[in-house]
Amino acid sequence: MAIDFGFKLSPSSAINLDRLDTEAFNRLAELEPDVRKCISCGSCTATCTAGKFYDIGLRKILIYLQRGMEKEAIEMLEHCMLCGKCSMVCPRGLNTRHIVLSISSIYKKTEQ
Amino acid sequence: MIYQGKQKIWSDYNKEIPDDHWYYVRSCIRQNFFPASERMMVEICKNVLKKDFYENPNHTTCGGIAYHCDTLPQETAMTIVARQFALMTESGYENYAASCITSFGNYCEVLETWREFPELEAKIRELLWKACRREFKKPKYLCHTSDLIFKYRNEIAARAKYKLVNRHTGEPLRVVEHIGCHYSKMFPSKGVGGAEYPYVLVGMIESWGGNVIDYPERRHCCGYGFRQYHVRANRGYSLSNTHKKFESMEPYKPDMIITNCPGCPYFLDRWQYVISEMTGKTYGENGYGIPVFTYEEVAGLVLGYDPWDLGLQLHQTAVEPLLDKIGIPYDPKKKYLGLNEKDLKRPELPGTLRCC
Repeated sequence: MAIDFGFKLSPSSAINLDRLDTEAFNRLAELEPDVRKCISCGSCTATCTAGKFYDIGLRKILIYLQRGMEKEAIEMLEHCMLCGKCSMVCPRGLNTRHIVLSISSIYKKTEQ
Repeated sequence: MIYQGKQKIWSDYNKEIPDDHWYYVRSCIRQNFFPASERMMVEICKNVLKKDFYENPNHTTCGGIAYHCDTLPQETAMTIVARQFALMTESGYENYAASCITSFGNYCEVLETWREFPELEAKIRELLWKACRREFKKPKYLCHTSDLIFKYRNEIAARAKYKLVNRHTGEPLRVVEHIGCHYSKMFPSKGVGGAEYPYVLVGMIESWGGNVIDYPERRHCCGYGFRQYHVRANRGYSLSNTHKKFESMEPYKPDMIITNCPGCPYFLDRWQYVISEMTGKTYGENGYGIPVFTYEEVAGLVLGYDPWDLGLQLHQTAVEPLLDKIGIPYDPKKKYLGLNEKDLKRPELPGTLRCC
């Protein structure tokens, strides 16, 4: 019987970038080269209307996708209302609404 | 020009370490975890290398462990440190060598705070005088004892009986080096190689014949982190950090781990047992763990000291497979014999992790 130490082990959160399947992200970057311009400043997250009610931010979504955490990214994206406030504050001038739509079309197809 | 520029940049990562005349202070916890390490430091410096290495029996904790556990305020820790400096001054020394990484970080923090806020230093001087009628000079040089072994690494290599080489294959051993967080993550300029390229253990490994492994989570904390372990509710977090490191280093098949912190060797060693009981997984060859050493223990091994005199029987993970690889002789019957052949009794063996 396993010993009860009174505490548990969480699975390792380390990501092996060599083993990631980057095909979907590369397709997204081809369609939306802007995704590589994001500097993760967080302005999009700070201004997000839905962010007050849900854990959402395009910065986080793009990082998740780069790290192969597609499920987390898609779950987060479901709360986006396409209001476009993030595109108004983005210091890199990203067309964020278009990126969100492209992510939906590429990754939702991958999911099916 | 490019080469000169690089030399100039690298000089910022170097640290001036005087060769001799050191005042030595011990760690609170190392003597319980790895009891021969500090004795070996004194032995190597005084008897092998014939350095002036002085230890005052009146010295105490630096207060760092309580400070980082939030049980005493910084001014109290500073007054304790001031008393330590007073003992050094009274002993006639200017170079201060701390055995503990957290002490080293604590001393750096205190000296830096006094530099920024001289009025606080004046207050601490007054508190010390009121408490015990002592005065102090600040150390001219402050180092961690791993800096010293780094400084003496080639002298040790010249006297070495064994090298960190697999005697069966002739290949250098694959060594993981783990630097304590308080060594250079707090004050990068105070450590050899800074926070980005800590070279202190790498230098020793290269001098003694081993190969350093570079793996993704190399600079990750060992998981101890004081409150993460001491608060039981957080202990799973401590364990998970260690697990993350082992998962990351596993593909590189390390032969051994060398550390320079009091907590790191303990947790990297003991948590291997806990991980094996929880997950059934071990990280060494043939069901063994990866042996974890302090740098003094490794210095003692290459100099040819008996493994049981170095206290290696107190490690959780078995060290014998590594001793066999290097070709260091040992007597299994003497493993659990202490000073004057006193029987230390045999520990209960774990269910999953293979031990000798």
